[in-house]
Amino acid sequence: MNLSLIIDVIPRLMDGLVLTIGLTLAAVVIGGTLAIPMALMRTSSSAIVYLPAQIYTFVFRGTPLLVQLFLIYYGASQIGWVRFGFLWPILRDPLWCAVIAFSLNHAAYTAEILRGGIRAIPAGEIEAGKALGMSYTLRLRRLVLPTGIRLALPAYANEVIMMLKASSLASTITIMEVTGNARKIVAQTFSPYEVFISAALIYLAITLLTTQFFRLVEGRISRSDRRPRSGPRITFARGRTGMKLAVQEGGK
Amino acid sequence: MIELQGFAGQLVAGASTTLGLATTSLVFGVAVGLCGAIAKQSDVAMIRAAAILYTTVIRGIPELLIILILYFGGTVALTALAGRYAEINAFTSGVFALSLVFGAYATEVFRAAIRAVPHGQIEAARALGLPSVLIWRFVILPQMWRHALPGLGNLWLTLLKDTALVSVVGLEDLMRKTGIAAGATHDPLTFYCAAAAIYLAFTSASIIGLAQLEHRASRGARFAM
Repeated sequence: MNLSLIIDVIPRLMDGLVLTIGLTLAAVVIGGTLAIPMALMRTSSSAIVYLPAQIYTFVFRGTPLLVQLFLIYYGASQIGWVRFGFLWPILRDPLWCAVIAFSLNHAAYTAEILRGGIRAIPAGEIEAGKALGMSYTLRLRRLVLPTGIRLALPAYANEVIMMLKASSLASTITIMEVTGNARKIVAQTFSPYEVFISAALIYLAITLLTTQFFRLVEGRISRSDRRPRSGPRITFARGRTGMKLAVQEGGK
Repeated sequence: MIELQGFAGQLVAGASTTLGLATTSLVFGVAVGLCGAIAKQSDVAMIRAAAILYTTVIRGIPELLIILILYFGGTVALTALAGRYAEINAFTSGVFALSLVFGAYATEVFRAAIRAVPHGQIEAARALGLPSVLIWRFVILPQMWRHALPGLGNLWLTLLKDTALVSVVGLEDLMRKTGIAAGATHDPLTFYCAAAAIYLAFTSASIIGLAQLEHRASRGARFAM
């Protein structure tokens, strides 16, 4: 094993880092946006509403991401209206195929996680909203989504890291992100140990940073969740929306 | 349609390789995970640190990269050992990689499950004078399975899907057979849909099986609600 090669190769692998992070961020943003309505559909009591979302999450969570990626990259060109439609410039580009596949996949997993968060909201909170005469959208905005997202955050952090790691699959459709770059350099130098270990170090660094980032966010976001030390008390929290009355029960 | 232009047999052969790879990795992965969980409970700081290092590193690296490292690295190591060019089998390196990954996640699952065993049980066993090997064998392990099962089930579903990655290093599994068929017939849409359907069938069957296993494992357990 050649230690200096491990270090020498890192700057060359870093060229792919932009793509790795870009792909992950794109999937997280697009997938996350898709996941919110899907999670709400999943929690509906009407079969017409929850069934499509349930089938979607079942299919995307039940098949390997690699199959989904290849299906979009190799398969989409076979469909006539895609080939001659406005989508073709997009689906011809492997980068877009990867973004689409990752986003759809991430959306399915995130929807399921968010549904778990929404279902964990104490029923009393929603009932209180109803009792106060809040409309559905207002309850959604003030109660369901903020609390649901907060409760789902630890699981979601894991999912983002999974997505970050899954972005390495883009190397199988010619995208030169960190893994793709590593494979190219291995083919040139034939020192797989050193190059792949450098790539592994880069991934390890980003996953650890991401974990830290989510730990910080969790700490910030759950500040208001901490129970007061003793006795029930009434606090007047000042926020952007003016005065809000919050009755908190005494915890431990 | 079912004929798949003569490639149906190939796909079935690939699917059986996929299942073989997944079950072999499951067996080794569970063993690795158990060792990891026991190591994390160890009194020796070095062993604990090694277990933590293992789970942190493996869980922070893409599965694909681990497969590539073990396949290409394994070939280099074998060549050095044998003194001539030797290539590691894709199946072996796949089992190795997937077991390592499964083991890292299973370590956490088992650790949580071990903690779920009431402490009084272990104290009772100590009070009866059981040596620690027997405490593991008769008290902790039988009782923790019930708690570990849901987590292990999820890991199995992930493992099943991760086997597709081993096709990248040339294992003739379902994914690679599908790729070959798609290339030969110029009909990737049909073949990748077929592959997706087969994977979906595997995961669906697993979900049903796991539900029954969980039901069986929790017989005799009392629930508050």
